[in-house]
Amino acid sequence: METCPRSNNETCPRPTRGDAFVVGNIGDARTLIPILASDSPSSYIVALVFSGLVKYDTNVELTGDLAESWDIEDEGLAIVFHLRKNVRWHDGHPFTAEDVKFTYEKLIDPAVPTPYGGDFKMIDRLEIPDAFTVKVIYKEPFSPGLTSWHMPIMPKHLLENESFVTTKFARAPVGTGPYKFKRWKSGERIDLVANEDYFEHAPYIDRYIYRVIPDQATLFLELETEGIDLMSLEPIQFKKLTDTRFFKKRFKKFKYPFFGYTYMAYNLKDEKFKDKRVRQALNYAVNKQELIEGVLFGLGRISAGQFVPESWAYNEDVKPYPFDPEKAKTVLAECGWQDTDGDDWIDKDGKNFEFTILTNQGNDMRLKTAEIIQRRLKDIGIKVDIRVLEWAVFINEFVDKKRFEAIMMGWGLGREPDCFDIFHSSKTGPGEFNFVSYSNPELDALLVAGRRTFDKEKRKQIYHKVQKILYDDQPYMFLYVPDSLVAVHSRFENVKPSAIGIGYNFIDWWVPKAKQRYRY
Amino acid sequence: MIPILFGITLISFAVIHMAPGKPTDLVTQLNPKVSMEAREKLNKIHGLDKPLYVQYLDWIKKIGRLDFGKSFADSRPVIDKIAERLPITLLINVLSIFIIFIVSIPVGIKSALRKGAPFDKISTVAVFIGFAIPSFWLALLLISFFGVHLGILPVSGIVSLDFEKLNLLQKIFDLSRHLILPVFVLSIGGIAGFSRYMRQSMLSVEHQDYIRTARAKGLPEKEVIYRHALKNALLPIITILGLSIPALLSGSVIVEKVFSIPGMGLLMFESVFMRDYNVIMGILIVSAFLTLLGNLLADIAYVYADPRIRYEK
Repeated sequence: METCPRSNNETCPRPTRGDAFVVGNIGDARTLIPILASDSPSSYIVALVFSGLVKYDTNVELTGDLAESWDIEDEGLAIVFHLRKNVRWHDGHPFTAEDVKFTYEKLIDPAVPTPYGGDFKMIDRLEIPDAFTVKVIYKEPFSPGLTSWHMPIMPKHLLENESFVTTKFARAPVGTGPYKFKRWKSGERIDLVANEDYFEHAPYIDRYIYRVIPDQATLFLELETEGIDLMSLEPIQFKKLTDTRFFKKRFKKFKYPFFGYTYMAYNLKDEKFKDKRVRQALNYAVNKQELIEGVLFGLGRISAGQFVPESWAYNEDVKPYPFDPEKAKTVLAECGWQDTDGDDWIDKDGKNFEFTILTNQGNDMRLKTAEIIQRRLKDIGIKVDIRVLEWAVFINEFVDKKRFEAIMMGWGLGREPDCFDIFHSSKTGPGEFNFVSYSNPELDALLVAGRRTFDKEKRKQIYHKVQKILYDDQPYMFLYVPDSLVAVHSRFENVKPSAIGIGYNFIDWWVPKAKQRYRY
Repeated sequence: MIPILFGITLISFAVIHMAPGKPTDLVTQLNPKVSMEAREKLNKIHGLDKPLYVQYLDWIKKIGRLDFGKSFADSRPVIDKIAERLPITLLINVLSIFIIFIVSIPVGIKSALRKGAPFDKISTVAVFIGFAIPSFWLALLLISFFGVHLGILPVSGIVSLDFEKLNLLQKIFDLSRHLILPVFVLSIGGIAGFSRYMRQSMLSVEHQDYIRTARAKGLPEKEVIYRHALKNALLPIITILGLSIPALLSGSVIVEKVFSIPGMGLLMFESVFMRDYNVIMGILIVSAFLTLLGNLLADIAYVYADPRIRYEK
């Protein structure tokens, strides 16, 4: 439990139990079977109802959850987890290593339509020497494997004889997490109640209510009338719309780092973008700070490559390119791009430098970013068109089939820095994530080494190099890391944003008796 | 009727499947933790790797047994998903039809009787505004005014968070408060349209010989209007109202989204974005059925309004 700050000599307010926490979100959950839940609403609920073996602490270091500790054995070939004893499922049944084994078997079962099997395919076998020890033996050392065990563990005794496609469990889950499932009214709300027996300690807030409010504008109006207690905000809502006395009295606004970034990806098969000097020049020509001011209202930072500053893999020595259109012009001229026919557009071999940026519909920030880039590139004589497409069309017809010159997109990243799937040259097939067709043998080798190394210092050095090479090669124009913005009702105490977000200590949030709004 | 339904399903099935994307995409796309094998596995499990005509035949065979299949999103039977969403959609639509009827008929009559009078002019302007207003915009303005500024009506949803703890009377009151704005927004376009039809219909009836006869034989004006003119003027309105059910149903997609009403319209909206084929097709069949039902009700209403029509053997 969090303690009072030392400097505070007044009597420390004791957390009181009670009240409910109401969250609003635009989508309903789809399934509460953890290994099938892939959309964010389902994942929110699953994270409260279930626990994994490991989790991240506020310093973005892995720490035990259902596992008390673990050892790495046989030079990284095996991970041995020592599980917590006396943990019980919400129905009272004891939690044991059998449940971990069961979860693993379902993750690699071809009949279970789980999207998370990938990391677990690297496992050779899983052994349970006793009821509270799990030994995972990998085919080869695989360090991202440790992180993959944040995967929520499912109860064997309830699911053993069930089909994962039809089971009632999907709408009435039983886990080991801080909240117990109560009920689910489709398209309307999901109710959770505090788990008195949660192994860390019982949460202070009695109820967690997840409301489905499919319209963004309505969601904000609900926030204004205190119909919901938490909402993620857009930069404009954070800066302008919530800047009222009324709002400040009722809500606290928080910003914390987002693990991800927005980028413009080039199709590296395209003649224009094959030369890395051209890609570097384009980055020099774009004012990243201006994008942050204009699009994010200042609520973000310039991206310096694949990793965000909070990640241990982040390399301080990689500095984003400054805004220097003159340098961009010089470099482009060196590469043969000059305005030879006096039409204000630079050209080479009789062809003007022009390309189209594709992006998906419904993301206003990406569109605005593209528009500002369009203007900046015009200044150095490059003609840019923008085309906005519906998501499914954008991905299926253009990204997967590599029918694009440049696309505006973003990555949301995990805490594990492994980015093999995004940048390794073997991942360029249709529908795979290296859709820019990036290939650099040196980087390939580093990505493989990063996966095989457990020692954190060594991994740090590897990923520092990865970041440097990627930023130098500019397969993407790395643009910005937006801040995560959120408003929380001011009656909640102990809300402390950290590098891993805001919800990590939800069981320690509490409301003073006098301010409680809901009674049960 | 069966061939029509068959045609509807064939065309809808083809159109939905022609749109790029598959139900499995949302799960698998741009998630670096999802492997290619996992994606193919998902497609296979859902039968999406088969040729399109095979998928259609599989689907139509199941429909023959009244089996609507399962949702791709959560594997629940489509029929369950629709059943839990349909009542609230029916409720707001029936209420809207009722409101459209009781508002537009008097307005239409009044403007027709005093054609060119201030009331007629004002209602004409109001009708055009009603037609032109985008319903999502009107909905947001109303929520902002009544829900946020005045704070007298709820912002969204169909019931309050503490609904279970209320007694029956309070429950009815709570539900009604939540329904006021959605039903109003859903009715506004219909009121605009139907008051125009009513006005037109009334005007054309007024110049008929039997109205002149009625007046000539000295009937009171009230009787002329309400017994002789109105009955005849209502006939075309009933037809149009029966046909307007699809429009109302599609209108409830927008209304349900803005007001967070967990009805069938919202389910349709979500399913289209997820390319949840089975649910989309299920909703289309239910809507087609409701439309046919609406036409049937209109036919029955004729019997009462028009003594010339009798469905006899």
